[in-house]
Amino acid sequence: MGNRAFSDISYQQFLAEEKLMGSKCNQCSAVFVPPRPICTECLKSDLQWVEASGKGKLAAFTCISIGPAFMIAEGYDRKNPYFVGVVELDEGPRVDVRLEGLASKPDEIKVGTPMTVKFLHRGEGDAEKTYLAFEPVQAQRSVAR
Amino acid sequence: MKNRRKLGRGVAVVGAGMSKFGMYKDKDSKDLFFEAYQELLTSVDKGLDPTDIDALYVGNFSNDFFMHQSHWGPILSELIGVTPIPATRTEGACASSALAFREGVFAIASGFYDVVLVGGVEEMSKCSTEQVAEGLALAAVPYENQVGFTFPGVFGTIATAYFAKYGASHENLMDITIKSHNNAPLNPKAQFPYTIRDMMNQKIEKAKAKGGPVPQWQTEKDFLRDPRANPPVAWPMHLYDCCPISDGASCMLLVAEEIAKNFTDDPLHVAGIGQGSGRGLNSAPTLTSFEATKRAAEEAYGMSGLTPKDIQFAEVHDCFSMAELLHIEDLGFFKAGEGYKAVSEGLTRLDGPMPINTSGGLKCKGHPVGATGVSQLIEVWNQLRNKAGKRRVPKRDLRIGAAHNLGGTGGTSTFTILERR
Ligand SMILES: [Zn+2]
Repeated sequence: MGNRAFSDISYQQFLAEEKLMGSKCNQCSAVFVPPRPICTECLKSDLQWVEASGKGKLAAFTCISIGPAFMIAEGYDRKNPYFVGVVELDEGPRVDVRLEGLASKPDEIKVGTPMTVKFLHRGEGDAEKTYLAFEPVQAQRSVAR
Repeated sequence: MKNRRKLGRGVAVVGAGMSKFGMYKDKDSKDLFFEAYQELLTSVDKGLDPTDIDALYVGNFSNDFFMHQSHWGPILSELIGVTPIPATRTEGACASSALAFREGVFAIASGFYDVVLVGGVEEMSKCSTEQVAEGLALAAVPYENQVGFTFPGVFGTIATAYFAKYGASHENLMDITIKSHNNAPLNPKAQFPYTIRDMMNQKIEKAKAKGGPVPQWQTEKDFLRDPRANPPVAWPMHLYDCCPISDGASCMLLVAEEIAKNFTDDPLHVAGIGQGSGRGLNSAPTLTSFEATKRAAEEAYGMSGLTPKDIQFAEVHDCFSMAELLHIEDLGFFKAGEGYKAVSEGLTRLDGPMPINTSGGLKCKGHPVGATGVSQLIEVWNQLRNKAGKRRVPKRDLRIGAAHNLGGTGGTSTFTILERR
């Protein structure tokens, strides 16, 4: 873990391993998810990896009817829109995420809803990709695991 | 920020022209820029000898993606016959031509050039809506793109954060849409020169003619609340919260203040100019403000010695209704969290104390992204030079107007203040 660069490629590799990872500044303790190679608080480049708890709350969201090609390929369109948004992690940073398990009517969704991480694996072979997603804490409890 | 910025020497605007914005099957980027340039030539009171142009800066976001053609500087310098002068393309997403304007200002202020043509162009309508959405999303930050955000999605997301923080609702955004559409019929260059009521009545008449069920809309908001008339694009952004897909071009002629009298007795002066950069949704200081806009405003106000109260009207980057709301707060026209009340009280209407987007804004005038920044400044030019016709801001002694241009998820923002002295 210690050898990996504080980069977007490493971030994505960790997501594929079902780890939500960030970097923490050894000088001022600021935490960044996704990781940064330079602390934007104190501008030092002395960081270590930290794993986020995967808990947070919904900071903002949208329900998209006209998406990019890769979302259309997953079957999303005007009749079957998808949710994305921003989750504020318990550790402080915000992450851009896909949202699952929310009420189907967007006006019933509340900003501030407690959320928990879910890793979505899509595609196969070289095309396999892991997306960072979050779902409401209650939704996860109701799913048999 | 360092202490007050200033230009090495003054810069004046002495000419301006833009194509009509729209969706054109039979016009390409060169045709549109030619149209804008022709209008510019007639706008220079004492005439322009094109061989006097020292340099060209042209904004273009993504004709590479939309039209599979990049490198627009020399294409346009050849078109207007000014090769081999230097021709430079600027890219700052939807703020691309405001950056061209800025480069032109600095090139003159430095003393290196005296006469600079700046402008922008974009050709989008030959792509499908999905392709345009994908092309524009290239200007979002990577983390947004990776999980499937689109630009309407970014502003829909910001809207839910703003609503939750301040208690505003989509009804307030409808007031922005209705206001901009009320200005649009007064602008002969607007892509959609119709009020919401015009469009609502057209649909009612159509339904009557067809003999089918006639919609029971009484007010403009009834129409905007009806998902059949106004479907969601990225909730809570609906169709009428979003600017259209457009083709178009714009240009302006900048000269050193000391030679402005050779071109006109009525130049506009660059009183303040500012630019900032910003982070995306995941790392911005807040979801309800753009740090890039605040920096741009700080620079421009600082240079000019003016305050938000001195700005008599402004064009702001309303790619989405929600965007206009953020900008009027970030630029200091209204306090944070109070912009939506100002809008719903009518303060930003053409006849209000702070008219916003008298042109109809990107929403109605159209948004050929690379052409937009300079076209906003052309609205300021038209207003200050008394060429805005029926949409002229009804204030005595109209002297100071401003334009705000935004690119990406608040990644690039500019604010430019023009003054008639
Ligand atoms: Zn630090």
